[in-house]
Amino acid sequence: MKFYHYLWLIPLFPLIGAAINGLIVNRRGMGKNLAHTIALIGSGLAWLWGWAAVLQWYLTEDHTKSYVVKAFTWMSGGMMPLFGGGHAPLEISASYQIDPISAVMVSFVTFVGFLIHLYSVGYMHSEDDRAYSRYFSYLNLFMFAMLTLILGANLPVLFVGWEGVGLCSYLLIGFYFEKDWCATAGKKAFIVNRIGDFGFLLAIFFTFEYFGTLDFVKLSEIMSAHHAAAQWGGAATLIGLLLLVGAMGKSAQIPLYVWLPDAMAGPTPVSALIHAATMVTAGVYMVVRTNFFYHLGPQAMLGVAIVGGFTAFYAATIGLVQNDIKKVLAYSTVSQLGYMFLGAGVGAFAAGLFHVVTHAFFKACLFLGSGSVIHACSGNQDMRTMGGLRKYMPKTYWTFLAATLAIAGIPPFAGFVSKDAILGKAFEAGFTDLNGFGTAYFVLWALGLAGAALTAFYMFRLVFMTFHGEFRGTEEEKHHLHESPWTMTLPLQVLAILSIFGGIVIGFPGQLFHKEGWSFIDGFLAPMMVGVHEHGEHAISFGLEWGLVVLSVLVACGGIFVAWSMYKKDPSFSVPKSLAERFPRAYQLLLNKYWVDEIYDVLFVQACIKLADLLWEFDARVVDGVVNGTRHLTVGTSFVSGIFDLRVVDGIVNLVATINYRASGAFRRLQVGFTQGYAMVMVFGAALLLAVFFISF
Amino acid sequence: MDFLVAHFAELLFYFLAGLTVLFALGVVLFKNPVHSALSLLATFVTVAMLFIFSHAEFLGAVQLMVYAGGIMVLFLFVIMLARTEGIQSEAAFLSNMAPAAVVGGVLLGALISAGILLGVLASGHGNPAALEMVDGARLGNTEAVSMLLYTKYLIPFEVVSVILLVAMIGAIVFGRKDRFSEVGKEEVDS
Amino acid sequence: MISATHYLILSLILLSLGLIGVMMRRNFITVLMSLELIFNAVNLNLIAFSYQLGDLSGQILAIFVITVAAAEAAIGLGLIIALTRLRNTVNLDEVHEMEG
Repeated sequence: MKFYHYLWLIPLFPLIGAAINGLIVNRRGMGKNLAHTIALIGSGLAWLWGWAAVLQWYLTEDHTKSYVVKAFTWMSGGMMPLFGGGHAPLEISASYQIDPISAVMVSFVTFVGFLIHLYSVGYMHSEDDRAYSRYFSYLNLFMFAMLTLILGANLPVLFVGWEGVGLCSYLLIGFYFEKDWCATAGKKAFIVNRIGDFGFLLAIFFTFEYFGTLDFVKLSEIMSAHHAAAQWGGAATLIGLLLLVGAMGKSAQIPLYVWLPDAMAGPTPVSALIHAATMVTAGVYMVVRTNFFYHLGPQAMLGVAIVGGFTAFYAATIGLVQNDIKKVLAYSTVSQLGYMFLGAGVGAFAAGLFHVVTHAFFKACLFLGSGSVIHACSGNQDMRTMGGLRKYMPKTYWTFLAATLAIAGIPPFAGFVSKDAILGKAFEAGFTDLNGFGTAYFVLWALGLAGAALTAFYMFRLVFMTFHGEFRGTEEEKHHLHESPWTMTLPLQVLAILSIFGGIVIGFPGQLFHKEGWSFIDGFLAPMMVGVHEHGEHAISFGLEWGLVVLSVLVACGGIFVAWSMYKKDPSFSVPKSLAERFPRAYQLLLNKYWVDEIYDVLFVQACIKLADLLWEFDARVVDGVVNGTRHLTVGTSFVSGIFDLRVVDGIVNLVATINYRASGAFRRLQVGFTQGYAMVMVFGAALLLAVFFISF
Repeated sequence: MDFLVAHFAELLFYFLAGLTVLFALGVVLFKNPVHSALSLLATFVTVAMLFIFSHAEFLGAVQLMVYAGGIMVLFLFVIMLARTEGIQSEAAFLSNMAPAAVVGGVLLGALISAGILLGVLASGHGNPAALEMVDGARLGNTEAVSMLLYTKYLIPFEVVSVILLVAMIGAIVFGRKDRFSEVGKEEVDS
Repeated sequence: MISATHYLILSLILLSLGLIGVMMRRNFITVLMSLELIFNAVNLNLIAFSYQLGDLSGQILAIFVITVAAAEAAIGLGLIIALTRLRNTVNLDEVHEMEG
């Protein structure tokens, strides 16, 4: 049996699980054991089948090509006219494909997804039965959507998954919908994502109108052809930029990142699954998947790089001063996503995807660790009232530390390998003056490097404030501190191991040791990248390469040292406090996230409300006015018509009646109703007749 | 006395005719309907006698039975049912109509009679014995009438019986109390 | 000898009296009685001419007249009952619904 012949089963398993949990278990209010068993089976089967399919495909098929499985024909729209003249059949099938990009994504999404399901069993145990089964139903539904997204063989199927994860994120962020701010956060995520989806949809329409197909394989072929750049450059740039808009929404990049920090309103495993490990990487995945557009449209690619580079730095600065443990992680996620975009934007799509994978490991670990911490602290998320947790929850501490080292970019942890690959490529892009935008790429590289320093600082600030020093909470809370159950720590440990070794194993930085082919992921993904072969060899010298590595490690260590000196050495945090006092404006600016939410509120939300008011006014004044005018006109017309009716028509009728009345007046007198009168008339009449008869006789 | 014997038939006719006219006058002139009815009864009897006098024995019997026996009882019942007690005090006649009525009645009667005289008397005389003949045998008036009625005039006879049936049903329908009480309310309301 | 003319004159008197009664009397019942007088006048004529002509058809016709008179009396008296119920009167001049 070929597992990869039945790719569509991978998303189907969790969908069935979601259906059972949502439609039966939740409705009937069945027990928690049943709910999480079904959910674990659903995601577990997806994981096992996914890995089996990937492995089998890798071993038996040509893994430089896509293997497409068509489940059924979804839409058949007949012949459609295209922009360039001519027609193309709009045939959209529910197809799934497996290729290196999908394989990488499936491998870690199913696996991390399953671990988070397992973790949720422990984390959500205090919810009531209905909420519990609802939660697992959503979680399985999310798995379905995400797997559809990454396995889809054409843009519409990808879009189904895209919208599906959007919906699930809305449902899961607003999971505690009884709380107003949670529901608001859910809505915010949904609406902001919708802005991005708008761009994505336009991109799909344009793609079909330009190329007459939506299948990735066919598009890739069109783009790989000779002279494709000359023929399709403009279209590719347009579509690339529109896709970037979609990716900005889904992957929380400037300016559409605002939903992600608020998305922490959902349960922590959800934050880990959706807003760290998988869903937000959908944007990056999509950019990587459609890399052929960016290859042909260098302006679009630069746009990706600019968005990514600025986001990486910008989100890191906000992360510096946040006190909510999950907020810090949220901004770090935004920042790391910026690195992925930066990678894609400098043409290092493989490096970007590599960072997606390693980020999934360490960010899932970090989020689950923070969930464990919050769980221990009875739901408290403020780091200022934590501290010294290392003693109480050692497993959480060590796994968390491993993941923190990974995100900070310390060799040989996973984050170091992937982030350094991105930064190296960014520098290389500047050095080789890629597409003529060399200076811009240098600036972006510098921003990325600065972001890396900030990342190291705020992550270690988090670690020191949370796990080191003395506990700063109440005695009651201190009494409650405990290590989490195995279902929570096991995923942490697995993810920690992956955070340590995952990067070096799948993406060994061979270029540092003259072993170019040693990076498995680079070689694996290379066939999917249009144009990668063209500037395959390294433009920068071996020494410069090492210099960059040392530089980024030094920067990271510097960040850690500053954090140590400010938050570990001095438990009273006097230095950061004095800094905040000395630069109150800057501190407030960062603490309030540059007031972006407020600015958006004024610029867009209030403007929207104003526009709505304006439209309402238009409706009330003009539309209703027209309607009322019509009414008045009708009333007026009918009044005239009524007059005519009354005077002319009725006049004629009455005239006839009057003539009749007058004429009959004479005869009326005869009709006295007096019986004997009639009899008498009859008698005289008969007599008269007889008399006439006799006379004439 | 001889005169009486010789002109017995004439005298009897004049006597009966005179009584008939008197009773008929009574019918028209009595204020009380009961008196009128009794007077009418007497008229029927004298007319029946005149029928017999004219060789119409069967018809005379029918006149007595149907008119005097049936219709008169009906009239008396209706007078009773119609609760006409005390209406004698009211005017029984439409006095303003009286002259015209007399003139009109007499005029029409005279004209009709004149017409009959002109048309019928000229047709000569027949044998009164024919009124009693059945197939050449002189059996009697009743037999003769029956024979003719059930042979030549069978269909008109049946039609007349249907008319009688319809009249009977009609009288019952008119006389039904509930129907008219209902209609009566509507009439009063309007 | 009593001729048909005698009967005819008697019949004329009865007919005239009947007509006068129909036209003069207020009481509906008496009007009906007057009508019976007219029927009798007709029958008297029929009988007389039947006798004079030696033709039985006249008597047959008289039988039909009696039958029709009986029907007329039944209907008329039924109307009187209805009228009494409806108007509580038997006076014809008080009934003038057909007034134009």
